[in-house]
Amino acid sequence: MSWLFIVFVIVYWIGAIGLLVWSVFKPLFSVFVLPFVLGVILLLFFSIVKYWRWIHSFDKLQRAIIRKNIWSWRFLPAIWEAFREGLLHWRITKKNLLLGYMHRSLAFGWFLLIVVGAVQARLAFPDGHPFWVAIFFNYFELDVDLSAFKHADLFANLMDALLIYVLSGLFLAMFKKVWSRPMGMRRTTRHTLMDRVAKLSLWCIFPLRLLSEGVTSSLFGNGGFLIKPFGNLIYTIGLSNQAFEYTCWTLYSVALGAFFCLMPFSRYMHIFTEVFLIYFRNLGVRDSDKKTGYTMFELSACSRCGICIDGCPMNRELGIVNMQGVYMLQSVRNLELQKNAEPIAENCLMCDRCVADCPVNIDLSVVRRQVRIKNKKAIDAKGGYGYLRDVQPFNSIGRVAYFGGCMSHLTPGITKSMEAIFNAAGQKYWFMDRDESICCGRPLLQQGFENQAFELRRKNTELILNSKATMLITSCPICYQAFKKEYKLPIPVMHHTEYIDMLIKSGRIKLRKDDRKVTYHDPCELGRGCGIYDEPRSILKATTTLLKTKEEREHSLCCGFNLGNPLLDIDQQTKIRNAARDNLLAPHPDSIATACPMCKKAFTRADNVPVKDIAEIVAENIIVTNRS
Amino acid sequence: MKSVSIIGAGPAGIEAAATLAKQGYTVAVFEKSSSPLKNIADKAFLFPNFASAADIVELMNKKLLNQNITMHNDTEIVDMKREGQGWKIVDSKGSSFYSDYVVMATGYTPFDAHRKEELGYGIYGGVVTSLEMEKMIRYNQIVNSLGEKPKRIVFLQCVGSRDEKSGNHYCSKVCCVTAVKQAIEIKRQLPDVEAYVFYMDLRMWGQHFEELYRQSQQEYGVRYVRGRISEASGTFDGRVQIKAEDTLMGLPLKMTTDLLVLMVGMEASEGTRCLAKACGICGDYGFAQSVDPHLGDCLTDQQNLFICGACKRPMSINDAVNDGRSAAIAIMQNE
Repeated sequence: MSWLFIVFVIVYWIGAIGLLVWSVFKPLFSVFVLPFVLGVILLLFFSIVKYWRWIHSFDKLQRAIIRKNIWSWRFLPAIWEAFREGLLHWRITKKNLLLGYMHRSLAFGWFLLIVVGAVQARLAFPDGHPFWVAIFFNYFELDVDLSAFKHADLFANLMDALLIYVLSGLFLAMFKKVWSRPMGMRRTTRHTLMDRVAKLSLWCIFPLRLLSEGVTSSLFGNGGFLIKPFGNLIYTIGLSNQAFEYTCWTLYSVALGAFFCLMPFSRYMHIFTEVFLIYFRNLGVRDSDKKTGYTMFELSACSRCGICIDGCPMNRELGIVNMQGVYMLQSVRNLELQKNAEPIAENCLMCDRCVADCPVNIDLSVVRRQVRIKNKKAIDAKGGYGYLRDVQPFNSIGRVAYFGGCMSHLTPGITKSMEAIFNAAGQKYWFMDRDESICCGRPLLQQGFENQAFELRRKNTELILNSKATMLITSCPICYQAFKKEYKLPIPVMHHTEYIDMLIKSGRIKLRKDDRKVTYHDPCELGRGCGIYDEPRSILKATTTLLKTKEEREHSLCCGFNLGNPLLDIDQQTKIRNAARDNLLAPHPDSIATACPMCKKAFTRADNVPVKDIAEIVAENIIVTNRS
Repeated sequence: MKSVSIIGAGPAGIEAAATLAKQGYTVAVFEKSSSPLKNIADKAFLFPNFASAADIVELMNKKLLNQNITMHNDTEIVDMKREGQGWKIVDSKGSSFYSDYVVMATGYTPFDAHRKEELGYGIYGGVVTSLEMEKMIRYNQIVNSLGEKPKRIVFLQCVGSRDEKSGNHYCSKVCCVTAVKQAIEIKRQLPDVEAYVFYMDLRMWGQHFEELYRQSQQEYGVRYVRGRISEASGTFDGRVQIKAEDTLMGLPLKMTTDLLVLMVGMEASEGTRCLAKACGICGDYGFAQSVDPHLGDCLTDQQNLFICGACKRPMSINDAVNDGRSAAIAIMQNE
């Protein structure tokens, strides 16, 4: 870092000396602009250095993707998304209108202040002007009757309106600090000292701008519909003197400068980084299993808004509020907090609820897994699977391969029903893990055992390819996600709900509709993990009466007994399970339906709750026809 | 003379009723099923002396033939309230009964083996519970899922007891010796059958139990494996394949068996849960709570309300009978 510091000092002094030289030759300068200008230099310098380093530490695959797609049309949706999310904050607005308004007024309002201010300065000084003039416009342009340039009054009023817009957002932000409930947030993030100082300087900027412009107006009478009356008020109070004016503008400049200085080292780095992240994501770049430059972009794109805290089942049911996505990213990003990263990363259900809630769409689970992989490096030994050698593929030309998964072996009702469904549909199949079950590897990978998972993946891939099966069907969403995303199989992979839905739609099985009422539990790995929400519902609607629950689809609650968190004890898991169960039982169904053996087991453990997998419901309702 | 309502006509309830009736109390016995002693009705022999369950049922039914006892079959008590010094109890049809004392003997219900789906109960024909095995022994019909004579029978202990995952941390007390007893009975009926018992510990706590356990090994060749069965699956010929670990050998093992017998534990019955809640004497796991396990085991926090039998904790039949008598004596002493 020392060379960086030297380079910075050199650039800083060149900037400072350059400014002084400028001030001698050019008008439109006052010493109070220095904090602002130096802040901008520092911000630009550190941002460029950081982004440069991060872009250079992308891994091979990520670079190849960028190189391939950089000139494609994909930048168009990226621009739209950057505008929609970076300025309009659409996803936050969808969560809560007020919260969205707050973020939008600060981001979009400030952006417009800068853009409109630049245009205004351009019109007022057609011969050119230094860049700070746009920021401190009212100080330099003292035109009283607003006739110095065309539409000068319009611009003055517009700028005032924008200032009100930003200040309204600031007011909401302060309100949220005291009472966040009306903004849709029960809990907010506990910030580091650096973040708090940066926030303080940000909060100072706009009131100081109002005050500075007001004092100038009290002296010279410029400004629009807001500033002019405000200036009059200051005049009435008797504060209109040049020393006070100069002090105000200096404080405004210091607040800006301080904010810009702190920006690269605080959460406000997200303002620019999110745009980059959106761009790279639209190019098709994804995070990998190791920390890369892309991860750094993700870490810095987190605004630490804390929206991930409220939905997290660990918070809702257990009151644990130190391990959510925001704290994990913080601990990975901040050197001094890095010792916390390990316990934080391990203490998570990996239910992806935070990923669904995140307004920046950061892939929190992948980042968490990176930390877990790093933690497990020492004990992640290869070669523990000698027995795999003896497992042989079965010649399955013209058959589909059926992979029950370890958990389905503990819920034999599911595998038995699937066999019944295959038979009813006249589908030849190979139950590949009937006797010798090999894990799909995902539970290991989730815990960070990368090498061991790789070994299992290799064996399963070999088995599937050698069997020549035409399609792979799994009953377990964990295996499904593994086969779908982590394996690179040349054949289609389906979860049994997708497969059954296909059988129904193509008429290969006929079902009767019974009179039971069910609620459907979206398994985390199937719903949020793989986006399968509609197929299970369509099957259930065909065979039963499906009742709606309060929290479903993306907001479905984790069953608590998944393999993500090795630290929870059974009482804690039970609490999380009970919350999910209560949500499902609220509409008084005859039974709970789910599509995951793990969730099924979790709910079965609670006494007096009838739970069925969709495969079981289908198998019970098949109308047997005589197939040739 | 004072009146007593006894809820539940199991061994404890009947013994309490008979004892009190002899002393001249007016006793009303409420039973939710159609006849008393439902839980014993299909049992074959009782440990440790292989007494015939049918004889016990007959003897106990005789005890109910007393002019002071009124029997209310098919009457499920769902609520009870204190009324004056006594109690008003309400059945599911809405009729209420008043008495000076109430004895709760609502008993247990066997653990629902469906909840341990990995063991395949209700999915594979060869998986049965200990209650079903008892019936097979009683009616001399020990057959596998295809109706043939079995060659091998595997017992699994602690299904739904001492099991964190099903929420029951307690020991159900009677299953260990029941498996030993059933294995011996099976060997007596079908000497060629191989019998295995998978266990965590064998708790031979009662008189003659240890001898019975030794006898089963020495005379009948029953084999004991320390380890849990993790999963069961069906085979093409209708048998059951189990995966387990022999923790003494330190080896995983697979075994195919004709019958897998799940030694299901005891849970508080629905009536126990409901009434314990209604009168505020809830203990652990839905059982009813007595005042003191040593000196006030039939007394409760509530005046004139007594509890006995397996509504307090898992209990064997002989213990339940003694406990019923204790409750009766506690009422007499209360005068």
